[in-house]
Amino acid sequence: MIVCDFDVLRPEQGVAALRPDGSQVAVFLTADGTVHALDNIDPFSGAAVLSRGIVGDRGGVPVVVSPVYKQAFELATGKCLDEPSVSVAVHQVRVRDGVVELT
Amino acid sequence: MTQTLVVVGNGMVGHRLVEILRDSSWRIVVFGEESRPAYDRVALSSYVDSWTFADLELPALSGCELRLGEKAVSVDRARKVVVGASGVEVSYDALVLATGSVPFVPPVPGRDLPGCHVYRTVDDLDEIRATVEAAARPGRRSGMVLGGGLLGLEAANALRGMGVSPHVVELAPRLMPIQVDEGGAGLLKRLVEKLDLTVHTGTSASSIERDGSRLIAKLASGLELDLDVVVFSAGIRPRTDLDLGLELGPRGGYLVDAACRTADPHVFAIGECAAVEGVTYGLVAPGYSMAEVVADQLSGGSRVFPGADVSTKLKLLGVDVASFGDAHAQTEGALEVVVNNAVAGTYSKLVVSDDARILLGGVLVGDASSYLSLRPLVGKEVPAALLQPGGAVDVEMPADAQVCSCLAVTKQTITDAIQSGVACDVAELKACTKAGTGCGSCVPMLKKLLTECGVEQSKALCEHFTYSRAELFEIIRATRVTTFSALIEKHGTGRGCDICKPAVASILASLGNGHILGETQVSLQDTNDRFLANLQRNGTYSVVPRIPGGEITPEKLIVIGEVARDYGLYTKITGGQRIDMFGATVDQLPEIWRRLVDAGFESGHAYGKSLRTVKSCVGTTWCRYGVQDSVGLAIELELRYRGLRSPHKLKSAVSGCARECAEARSKDFGIIATENGWNLYVAGNGGFTPRHADLLVSDVDTKTLIRVIDRFLMFYIRTADRLQRTAAWLEGLDGGLDHLREVIVDDKLGICDELEAAMASHVSDYADEWRGVLEDPEKLARFTSFVNAPGVPDPTISFRAERGQRVPVSLGIPEVVR
Repeated sequence: MIVCDFDVLRPEQGVAALRPDGSQVAVFLTADGTVHALDNIDPFSGAAVLSRGIVGDRGGVPVVVSPVYKQAFELATGKCLDEPSVSVAVHQVRVRDGVVELT
Repeated sequence: MTQTLVVVGNGMVGHRLVEILRDSSWRIVVFGEESRPAYDRVALSSYVDSWTFADLELPALSGCELRLGEKAVSVDRARKVVVGASGVEVSYDALVLATGSVPFVPPVPGRDLPGCHVYRTVDDLDEIRATVEAAARPGRRSGMVLGGGLLGLEAANALRGMGVSPHVVELAPRLMPIQVDEGGAGLLKRLVEKLDLTVHTGTSASSIERDGSRLIAKLASGLELDLDVVVFSAGIRPRTDLDLGLELGPRGGYLVDAACRTADPHVFAIGECAAVEGVTYGLVAPGYSMAEVVADQLSGGSRVFPGADVSTKLKLLGVDVASFGDAHAQTEGALEVVVNNAVAGTYSKLVVSDDARILLGGVLVGDASSYLSLRPLVGKEVPAALLQPGGAVDVEMPADAQVCSCLAVTKQTITDAIQSGVACDVAELKACTKAGTGCGSCVPMLKKLLTECGVEQSKALCEHFTYSRAELFEIIRATRVTTFSALIEKHGTGRGCDICKPAVASILASLGNGHILGETQVSLQDTNDRFLANLQRNGTYSVVPRIPGGEITPEKLIVIGEVARDYGLYTKITGGQRIDMFGATVDQLPEIWRRLVDAGFESGHAYGKSLRTVKSCVGTTWCRYGVQDSVGLAIELELRYRGLRSPHKLKSAVSGCARECAEARSKDFGIIATENGWNLYVAGNGGFTPRHADLLVSDVDTKTLIRVIDRFLMFYIRTADRLQRTAAWLEGLDGGLDHLREVIVDDKLGICDELEAAMASHVSDYADEWRGVLEDPEKLARFTSFVNAPGVPDPTISFRAERGQRVPVSLGIPEVVR
């Protein structure tokens, strides 16, 4: 599924994408040029807002922080660093011919 | 059967006793001669700052019968009955006398003339003020204070506050003869004379005469003083005019034993009217201690009065004065070590035993900062370093030394609590040891002990910066760095996080740097700032247009109503006198702003760590009681400071008179109108830890007011920690309110021009953030629901109806297993 042109992404920011089944994916670009995709729904609030979180690092690990109650999720694994029993799903994402795609 | 306790006297000590016993099984009846509720007499001179009685009022008492304005005129001990002035009779099982004291007025001829006052109650101060105001003559008015002790200097300060130049006349050869020795008093005289006081020691008034509208006082020294007002504050005498036929102490006062009980086992006496084993005390702390003793006795305990530490540390007319232990070296063979630095304006004297081994007491004038480390050492071995010239006063305290003398807490108890991990900060120390919960003067020592025990309160902002917010502010200001990436590359580590990014974004915004959603700043912003609206629990946002001062036209109200109706927004009136519209999705925000901006609205910054609102009451325009145009000022202030990014949100209010309908004293900066101008209060807070704002300046005109607020806000923005409201900031500021006043009123650091210039550039650079998005297609493009399906609404958002409006359907979140 096509998300958007790669040029649309901005370093250390996220965007939200709607999938045909109505579910949502948050897509992030980190400073080193890597693209990550997680479920957009924040498990702690139930709101579809992870794409609007601040992107940064915790101890060098790239994370996005939920804008609602501020838990950090590892971009590469979806693991919540504040509540290790909680995680969000990770989606496979790639950049082909300047286009970001979910696979 | 319920027993009845009658307390005669509603002063500070009587009030304290009732406070301790209010949850006990005693039925309590209080007779108070004054019709006012109990108030803080120690702070009496501060009444002159605001002339607001409520500032002095002690917490209201519940659970007792208060008979205010009812003087107890007699006691029938045989029948155990107290008789009030109205004839009312109340039977008691226990009677506590807390009648306090009366001012001592020396028998000077003319002492009863109009214009002669005593200095003891709020009513006295009101009368002094009336005399001063009636004394109409050009130039500064002149007054005489008879008595150069603690109380006399307080009275002189109060007179200064009323615009009177005081002469202080003291019979003893020096000021504060009880607390301070000759050397210290010499310096004290020199320091206070710089403050428009004239000191006459070793003399007294021999007569006071009226000459037309003037009072002429002749001093024994031959000098004649031409005066508008005379204040007697030559000491106090225990008040025992309620005659119970009980024995009095050698210097007056109801004679009581160590349990504060008179010869009649049902009658106690506490505070200044009591002579405990013959000794009277004129300070409030021993009085409180007596209240504790009697409360314990009445609850079946056996506590006795432990004796009182009459050590004092105070700031009189801005001069530090402290005296402790055997300050006058009366112990046989006592030696004195004096350091008198006339240039620095400091004097210190230590009194030691004849073998120079034991510290007995001391006097400090000009700088009393070593008082807290010295006082606990009284009666203990003196560290040799102390006796060297210029010896460090920063000495180690023995473990059994009392740090908190109000609640008798030793250093050992405190360090045990820290080292066992029970307490990691001052608040926890207060909770578990009770230290610092009395007068609070030992709090700096508690902080020092925490540091000494290795509890370091790290100032690092987060894992990416070792600097505090204030330090980062200075770095950014000095290096003129304008991007987060340049800053973290040079001064930090890693990529940043949700703590440092918004903090740096806020600093960059405080220093200018354009729209907060500019290319290099947008990724730093927390979601509220990033979308210029407030995120709600279901992922939608609320929108708050600015309504300066809470004033709005019917046309604009209609626009808000139409916008809310058309977008199905839930509306609610906020506490800041504006209207909040809830339930907007990201893609609706620009459309909503467009309609609001077209109607003349702008962003209200409800989302920012920035100025929120300046509330106001309706003021002179409509109100029958208003004395200034509070709405006009509120609007001016809100428009001046709108959009100002700060360490935390800023709230303000303006009240048009002392009735304070705008609740200005719960704000970061609150303004209350006076007949002569404005009083500015700072560092108030509602919320989790309510705090009344402190009076910073009084009776200033609008121009001066705005200048002081400019400086206050900019100083706060520069020096506060991240997310530290002004209340916590001021509490943590070394030197507190006095220091703040020195910096932003007296310009002690010479930075006020800079602070004002910073505010001037904020005011001139202000631009509406909503309009900034509407006018920039790149910024607008970020307001879409889905990057691959713009315009498709977020399917997780749904609403239901409640009381005729749309509210979010609760999002099921049970899947989180913790």
